Amino acid sequence: MKTIANVFHQLERWLEPVIEGIIRLCGISAIIFVFGIFFFVFREGMGFFFGGLDIVEFLTSPDWYPTSLNNKRYGVLALIAGTFSVTALAMVIAVPFGLGAAIFVSEFCGPKLKETLKIVIELLAAIPSVVWGFIGLTVMNALIIELFTVPIGLTMLNGGIILALMSVPIIVSIGEDALKAVPDSYREAAEALGATRWQVIYRVLLPTAKNGLLAAVLLGVGRAVGETMAVLMTTGHAVKIPTSPFDSVRTLTATIAAELGEAAVGSDHYRVLFIIGVLLFSITFIVNFVTDLVIKGIREKA
Amino acid sequence: MPTDTVPSSTSPDSPEIIEPKLMFTATEQSRKKQLTENIARCIFFVMTLLMILPLVLIVVYLFVKAAPILSPEFFFMNPEKGMRAGGIWAPLLGTIYIVIISLLVSAPVGVLAAVYLNEYARESWFTRIINLAVVNLAGVPSIVHALFGVGAFVYFARMGRSVLAASLTLAIMTLPVIIASTKEALGAVPMAFREACWNTGATRWQTIRGIVLPNSISGILTGVILQVSRAAGETAPIMFTGAVFFKAISEGDVLAYGLFDRFMALSMHLYQLSTQVPGVPDALEYGTAIVLLGTVLMVNALAIVLRVYLRSRKRW
Repeated sequence: MKTIANVFHQLERWLEPVIEGIIRLCGISAIIFVFGIFFFVFREGMGFFFGGLDIVEFLTSPDWYPTSLNNKRYGVLALIAGTFSVTALAMVIAVPFGLGAAIFVSEFCGPKLKETLKIVIELLAAIPSVVWGFIGLTVMNALIIELFTVPIGLTMLNGGIILALMSVPIIVSIGEDALKAVPDSYREAAEALGATRWQVIYRVLLPTAKNGLLAAVLLGVGRAVGETMAVLMTTGHAVKIPTSPFDSVRTLTATIAAELGEAAVGSDHYRVLFIIGVLLFSITFIVNFVTDLVIKGIREKA
Repeated sequence: MPTDTVPSSTSPDSPEIIEPKLMFTATEQSRKKQLTENIARCIFFVMTLLMILPLVLIVVYLFVKAAPILSPEFFFMNPEKGMRAGGIWAPLLGTIYIVIISLLVSAPVGVLAAVYLNEYARESWFTRIINLAVVNLAGVPSIVHALFGVGAFVYFARMGRSVLAASLTLAIMTLPVIIASTKEALGAVPMAFREACWNTGATRWQTIRGIVLPNSISGILTGVILQVSRAAGETAPIMFTGAVFFKAISEGDVLAYGLFDRFMALSMHLYQLSTQVPGVPDALEYGTAIVLLGTVLMVNALAIVLRVYLRSRKRW
């Protein structure tokens, strides 16, 4: 028995460089995958990107007619407008509520309530996007038609509200972290001067935690821009630049999800969807990069 | 109320006799401050409430609507009559398949990646790039993961649309979840544990295997559970990599899908029922939704309970 254990031990000694090699490989896997994603998505779209796609028209034309018989046009301006209008609307709703809830959780409630609220927030963040989409399609749709007496409820407003509900948990949890990171001595100093809790929040915490709160909002934006199923199901399918919250819109993500199944593999239409994918990847990459810089800025100052 | 303000009626003849309680009565200004504070507290409380309310309402509403159909048969029957009747056996089994297979890939890779970041990597620009890549991987939109899955697994690796292609796509998508939570768990193991082990002559890997991993297994497990919940709910990444509208499998056979088969999944099924098929009975849609939501929430609750329990008996 002892010899077997010994042999095993020897084997492990001998294998250690191999194991370390595997660990190192896994360590850089994230880098490999990020590059892999960019490479493979771009690879599928490449054929059209270098052969035939007018980049200027692609980015500036609102005409998206990829399946037209004699005049195919690939302009994504309306889709970009759709993505940004829904995201902006979602943020208008989510940012005040998210930051408000973060302040309440961090500053106003006792430890028991705090734990409970954090658990609820975690559960809220876990609801799958297709379930949110289903809620938008059934409940919110009927509600909007009823409340605003409009013919269809699958609009920018619907998508915006659903996206807001989806991004609030992120904003709350990251925002709460940011407030928690403010040293208690700041609070104590302010309270010693006779400041009420509201004054402490408004004059001390918010200015100090500014960057962290900005990071929270940016992460919310990142989630809203990249969200697919919920917006696919709730925003209707009109490819046009929206003029009011009651217009139906189509986002970049929803377009890929709706059309990839129908586009013939290798066709221009198929390839242009991958180019939209590269565009989306770039947008979220930039948002994430900026967020990282903001967070790093906080750490260096602290 | 006049009795609350500092009384001007105090006799000027005896200024040294001030009743103690009068020293702390509210002035106009401090009452205003108190009012602002109360208003602020109320507003933030309402905001928090409005954020929580949806969760409760959604669960209750879905449950009430789905109640008529929830029975054992619903779980063990295939969808029938063009999806307008029957149960959710095929999609339920498909979801279980892709969750397990994606877990088999992402758990080892994710845990080892976190081991590298926490135990081997030094503070350097390279480590920063890895961390940035992890953050970015978490932020890539799910539909872009789907495109990657189509490009890399379905066509380049010639897996076709299959259980395997969809699972691998999901595995890469959920990798950051495991890396982040494992890193946190490893970081919570005190440095002194490692130093003590090194002093006995153990190598780096022996220390990791014998000391670090056993002491952080609970935190790692929490991350794994969260990965399960995330993978079970995702729709976009599997839509084009293997999940299909309908596939009949034998009811009650848990080995019904092969690695290279196309499959049905709960999330995809809910999407199809609610948008692509006209005339589906309400209860069927809501039933699918509540099973999906219930699974995800219960798995998450399990992770939370585990975390709270383990935190309560932590010894250092």
